[in-house]
Amino acid sequence: MAKVFIYPTTSLILSDLVARFGHTPLSAAMEIRERVQTPGLESPPLQISPEEPKIGLHWAAVEVPSGVRGRMALYGPMIEQAEAAIIVNDADFSFGCMGCARTNELILFLVRKRGIPVLDLNYPRTEEEGEEFVAAIKQFLDGLGGGK
Amino acid sequence: MKEYAPGYRGTLTKYVFIDSPEMTPSDLAIRAYEISQGVMIKETCFGLMITGKVEDVDRIVVSLRELDPTHIFIKDRGFPPGDPRRCRANLGGARPGFFGHEFEISLIRNISAGLNRLSRREAGKVPCPPSPDTRTKLDASRLKQIIESKEL
Repeated sequence: MAKVFIYPTTSLILSDLVARFGHTPLSAAMEIRERVQTPGLESPPLQISPEEPKIGLHWAAVEVPSGVRGRMALYGPMIEQAEAAIIVNDADFSFGCMGCARTNELILFLVRKRGIPVLDLNYPRTEEEGEEFVAAIKQFLDGLGGGK
Repeated sequence: MKEYAPGYRGTLTKYVFIDSPEMTPSDLAIRAYEISQGVMIKETCFGLMITGKVEDVDRIVVSLRELDPTHIFIKDRGFPPGDPRRCRANLGGARPGFFGHEFEISLIRNISAGLNRLSRREAGKVPCPPSPDTRTKLDASRLKQIIESKEL
């Protein structure tokens, strides 16, 4: 069972397919849960503390905005423990209220720099594309070994 | 600074989305209540949110997925249900994350079709998924033509 980084990190489709084919999806929810379910000092609204931008310095330079560094404190450890990645490139919703364009660029750069197997896709717009999309993900995940 | 004491410590929450011609979210909720054994289940317009201990939630989602495997989709959720930082009742307007789900649910029938056809697919057929590589880029000579046509 491999740990598979998914991008967008909040994707329902990717999270479901990776788990369905027997691997562990690395999604934003796991990191958020770890913070909001851990007792400590209150740091509203998302329990992102002032320590997080400092942790983010591991992946982003000090000149980079603290918002990017704070987000990298969530995504950086996930990228480091990933054994493979599936990236959907035309996910426009990952920018805006859902996230930050610069963080997204840095995430994609770091994933590619790690040298792990990466599957690049676009969202399927037809049922035929859906079949190819699912088949490509299954073939990719089967190649990692340890799945269902 | 105040102390922070989370409400559902040590629990896991999962979303169960259903987009099926044969089942509604309330059918799914009834099945889930039958096997819940103390796990918190919240019915929503798109499916369910299930909160409880990891092994209990996993057991329930595995059972629910079997009801309609190609039309039920499951993902993790960071916040427990009703959390004032995420709940629409407290915020007004769409819940953060709604637009992502709304977009992906609009494409989920293609994934369902893909999962249905997967078992009938010829063994060894090479997948040709939609990918950024297949997008045609503007040719440099064509760009030059456009620039020249606009020059006075």
